[in-house]
Amino acid sequence: MHSSFSLSLSQHITVPRSNHAFDSIPFAPSKPINLRFCGLRRETLGFSSLSRSHSRQGLQLHTTTTSKGISASLADNGSPPKSFDYDLIIIGAGVGGHGAALHAVEKGLKTAIIEGDVVGGTCVNRGCVPSKALLAVSGRMRELQSEHHMKALGLQVSAAGYDRQGVADHANNLASKIRNNLTNSLKALGVDILMGVGAVLGPQKVKYGKAGFPDKIVTAKDIIIATGSVPFVPKGIEVDGKTVITSDHALKLEFVPDWIVIVGSGYIGLEFSDVYTALGSEVTFVEALDQLMPGFDPEIGKLAQRVLINPRKIDYHAGVFASKITSAKDGKPVTIELIDAKTKEHKDTLEVDAALIATGRAPFTNGLGLENINVVTQRGFVPVDDRMRVIDADGNLVPHLYCIGDANGKMMLAHAASAQGISVVEQVTGRDHVLNHLSIPAACFTHPEISMVGLTEPQAREKGETEGFEVSVAKTSFKANTKALAENEGEGLAKLIYRPDTGEILGVHIFGLHAADLIHEASNAIALGTRIQDIKFAVHAHPTLSEVLDELFKSAKVEAHVSSQVSEPIAV
Amino acid sequence: MAQLLKTTFLPSSLPRASTVRSPSIHISTHRSRTTQVEAKIREIFMPALSSTMTEGKIVSWVKSEGDKLSKGESVVVVESDKADMDVETFYDGYLAAIMVEEGGVAAVGSAIALLAETEEEIAEARSKASSSSSSAAQPASTSSSAPEPSQTEKIAEPAGPAISKAAAIVGSAVHPASEGGKRVVASPYAKKLAKELKVELERVVGSGPMGRIVAKDVEAAAAAADAAASLAPKVGTTVNPPSGIELGTVVPFTTMQGAVSRNMVESLAVPTFRVGYTITTDALDALYKKIKSKGVTMTALLAKATALALVKHPVINSSCRDGKSFTYNSSINIAVAVAMDGGLLTPVLQDADKVDIYSLSRKWKELVDKARAKQLQPHEYNTGTFTLSNLGMYGVDRFDAILPPGTGAIMAVGASQPTVVATKDGRIGMKNQMQVNVTADHRVIYGADLASFLQTLAKIIEDPKDLTF
Repeated sequence: MHSSFSLSLSQHITVPRSNHAFDSIPFAPSKPINLRFCGLRRETLGFSSLSRSHSRQGLQLHTTTTSKGISASLADNGSPPKSFDYDLIIIGAGVGGHGAALHAVEKGLKTAIIEGDVVGGTCVNRGCVPSKALLAVSGRMRELQSEHHMKALGLQVSAAGYDRQGVADHANNLASKIRNNLTNSLKALGVDILMGVGAVLGPQKVKYGKAGFPDKIVTAKDIIIATGSVPFVPKGIEVDGKTVITSDHALKLEFVPDWIVIVGSGYIGLEFSDVYTALGSEVTFVEALDQLMPGFDPEIGKLAQRVLINPRKIDYHAGVFASKITSAKDGKPVTIELIDAKTKEHKDTLEVDAALIATGRAPFTNGLGLENINVVTQRGFVPVDDRMRVIDADGNLVPHLYCIGDANGKMMLAHAASAQGISVVEQVTGRDHVLNHLSIPAACFTHPEISMVGLTEPQAREKGETEGFEVSVAKTSFKANTKALAENEGEGLAKLIYRPDTGEILGVHIFGLHAADLIHEASNAIALGTRIQDIKFAVHAHPTLSEVLDELFKSAKVEAHVSSQVSEPIAV
Repeated sequence: MAQLLKTTFLPSSLPRASTVRSPSIHISTHRSRTTQVEAKIREIFMPALSSTMTEGKIVSWVKSEGDKLSKGESVVVVESDKADMDVETFYDGYLAAIMVEEGGVAAVGSAIALLAETEEEIAEARSKASSSSSSAAQPASTSSSAPEPSQTEKIAEPAGPAISKAAAIVGSAVHPASEGGKRVVASPYAKKLAKELKVELERVVGSGPMGRIVAKDVEAAAAAADAAASLAPKVGTTVNPPSGIELGTVVPFTTMQGAVSRNMVESLAVPTFRVGYTITTDALDALYKKIKSKGVTMTALLAKATALALVKHPVINSSCRDGKSFTYNSSINIAVAVAMDGGLLTPVLQDADKVDIYSLSRKWKELVDKARAKQLQPHEYNTGTFTLSNLGMYGVDRFDAILPPGTGAIMAVGASQPTVVATKDGRIGMKNQMQVNVTADHRVIYGADLASFLQTLAKIIEDPKDLTF
C-alpha cells in the first residue's frame, strides 16, 4: 500500500507495463508479455494464459473458481461476469480492509484481500500502533522525570534515562506482533490474502500483481477499495528520510534530534511532540492556522496548549507556512523558510537539526484503475455516498464498488475505516446500513490524552442556529475525581455539548488522564441514541475515572423526562 | 460558561480611606499593607469559587492593561481547585494594572489587579500596584502595619541587572541563520529559560550546533551574572560570603524584616523574666523514633506536649493587652518560629491541644510549605497564643527568646544531648536531656506559674504516652 512506486505504474499504462514485461522475462513464459501491451478489451483474452502461468509457478490460487471466471469473461467480453471467484474482494489489508474481511466471513462471504505492501497498512506498520509504543515510553519517561510528581507520591527515583535503539525496537516489535496477529486472524478465518498491487479492471473485476510477475485477474460480486493514505508533503519540502522526515520515518526513531521542527500541530504533530520532548528534544511547531491544534474544540485546545505546550520545551510559529524546507547536508543544518500564511511575505528562517512533516495525509488512490470505471478522484479521494458506494464522473453510483477509509477521506481514522467496512458488508449481505460518523470517537494519545466524539462547541452552536434548537454545555474537571487525584493527575476537563430540550448528546470532548478510554461511553450513547436523561441513571464504579463522565451527564440540565420504562425490580 | 460571581470586585476599603464605599466588606486590612488606594481605584480580588478554595491560579487575562471594562464582562479566567471559571466585573472602568500575571497563584481575597474608574487614574493605579503587589507577596510575621516598601524595592533592584549587563560577554550567535548576529538563534527551551532567568539572549554566546544558543548557555550566562554581582565589590577575599550578600553595602529591610524590627523594639515595653528547666527526653526520643515513619516531626511533638501542659496552666496561655487585665485565650495556638529567607515567620498550629499528633504533623508540613511559597494566610501566622523557638537542631544547648508582643510567653528549646546524671538511687547514668527556657510577661505570669507549668511539661515529656492519645 505504501509503495507508491509500484502502484503508480499502472496508471501510465504503456511505459511502465513494458518495464514490467522485461523484468518478468526470466521468470514467466513469454505469452503474458503480449497482454501487457494490450488495451483493456483484450485483457480478458489473456486471462487464461495468465492463470495457467500462475498455477505452473505454484502460486496460491483457487483453480476451480478461476476457470469458471474465465468462461464467463470469455462469453461476454468486457461486461461483468455472471459467476465470481469471490463474493467480496477488498483492495488493501489495513485496519479498514481487515475489519471488513472479518465481518464478511462472519456473514458467510467468500472473501479475498489484496495487499501490495504489508498486511496491517498504515495504522499497524507506520501509524497508530508503533506510535503508541513510543508514547508508552514517553509517558513513563515523563512520570519518572517529574520530580515534583514523584515526590508528591512519596517516590524516589534516580535519574531516568533511555536507550534509543531499545525504544525503537519496542515500536518495531509491537508493529510486527500486531501485523502477525492480523495476518493470522485473516488466515484462520479462511480469507485469501493475495499479495500484489491491486487495481480495478472493470465492473466486479480486479487485477493484482507483484512487480516483475504477471498480473492476475480475479472477479468478485462486490469490491471494496481500502487503499488508505500516505503522509502528505506540501510542495517545496524536500523529504530525505533522515533529517526531513514524515511520520513513516519518525516512527523508526533512527535519531533523536536536539531541536526538531514539527510542521503541523494536529494529532500526529502533537503526539510526536510528546514523544520527542520526553526523550529530550526541543520542539518548534509550525502551524499554518492562527492557532495551534486546529480541529480540536477551542476550549480543549486552549487547555491542551496550557498543559502540553507551554510548560514543555516547545515554542511555535502560528499563521505561517513552511514554504521551503531543505534537508541537512554538507554540514549545513535543516533550513526552513517561513512565510506569512495570508500575505505570503517572508517571516523567518529556522535552522534546526530535523523537521517532521505532519501536515496531514493524502489518499493513496493513484493507479487504482479508477479510469476503467469512469471514476474521477477529488484531490485524490474516491467520491462516495453515505453508504460508501463509489460515485462515477457522471454522478452515478458504480454498482458493486465501495470505498472505505482514508481513500474516501470521510474520516481519516483507522477505526472509522473498519466501521465503514462493516457497514458495507452489512449492505451487500442484504441489510441496509448507514454509519453515523458523528458517533465515531477520535483520540490523541498525548500525556494526558485528548479524545472527542461528535461536534465541537462552535459546530454545535452553528447547527443549532440553522436548525433552530438550543445548545447547552456542561463541564466537569478531573480535579473533582477521586481516582485522578489518587494518581496525582487532576489536570483535565470533560465537556458535554447537548440539546437541553431533548437531551441529545451532540458532542463530548475530554482532556485528561486516559481520556481516550473514557470517550466510549459517550460515543456509544451517540451511536445508540441514548439520551442524557437516561444515561445519567447508569451506575459507575467508584472510584474510577469513568465517574468524570458520570458527573458530566449528571451536571447537564435537560428539560425532557426520562424516556425508559421503570424496569421490573430484580432481587439480588 | 461564565460564572456569575457576586463577590468578585470588592472595593478596597482601607482604614484611613474615609470615603470607602462599602465598609462592610473589609478585606484588605488583615494583610500587612498600607498602600493608600483611592476609593476610585478598586482592587480586583481573587474570588472564592468554591467553598474549599484557598488560592486560585490565573489561567489567562481576558483583558489587558488599559482595556475598558463594562459591567458583566469577563476579565480573567481563574483556575480553582475544581475548575476554570471566567470572572466578570461588576463595575465599569479600566483595567489599570495586572498584579498577578498569567500562571501566577494568589490567595483568595488577595488583590490580583486594579480597576481605575477613569483613564486618568490608570497611571496612578499602576504605581500603587507596583508597591502593593510587592508587599502582598510577603506576609509579615505579625499583623502590624509594614512600612511602604516601594522605595526599598527600587533601591535593591537595579544592582543585579546592571552588573550582569556589564559582566556578560557581549557576543552574537555565529549561527548561519543569525544573519551575522542580527538575529538570535536560540532553541525553544533556551528562549523559555532566558525569559525566566531574565537573561538577554543577545548577550549570550551559543555553544550548540552552528553556534545556536541552548539552555546551558543561558544557565551559564545567568550564573556568570550572579557570580559577577557577588564578586564585584571586593576582590581578594578568600572566604566568599554566602551568596546574595554584597559586602560593603547597606541593604534596607524587606517588609518582613521591617516588621520583625518593629516588633522587637516594641517588646522592650514589656517586663519579662525567664525561668529555665532541664527535661530528660529518653522517652520522647524513643516515641519519636517509633512514630517518625508515620510522618510525625519533633516540632509537632514539642508543640503537642506544650499545648497539653498549657491546658493545665491557662495563665501561661494568657496575655496582657492593656496593662490592666488578663486576656485568657479560648484556644491554645502554638506558634513556632521558623527562619525564612533572611526573615522570621511564626506559622501557627491551631488548637494544638485538641488535634491529634498525626494531623498536627501534617498541618505543620503544610504550613512550612506554604510559608516557603509565601502563601500563608494571616490567620496562619498571627493567631499564636504561645510561641516555641527551637534551635536544638544547630546544637545550641540553651538560649533565651524575646517575647513577641501580644502573647504571654515564649519557650526557647535547646538541643537534647546525652548527659551524665546522678540518679536518685545513687547511681550514675547516661540520659538525654534538653534545656528549655521560658520568657514570660510578668504582668500576668509569675514565677511560680511558670515553674509549675514547666514541671507539668517535664512530666509530659518524660512520660509521653499522652502525646499520641
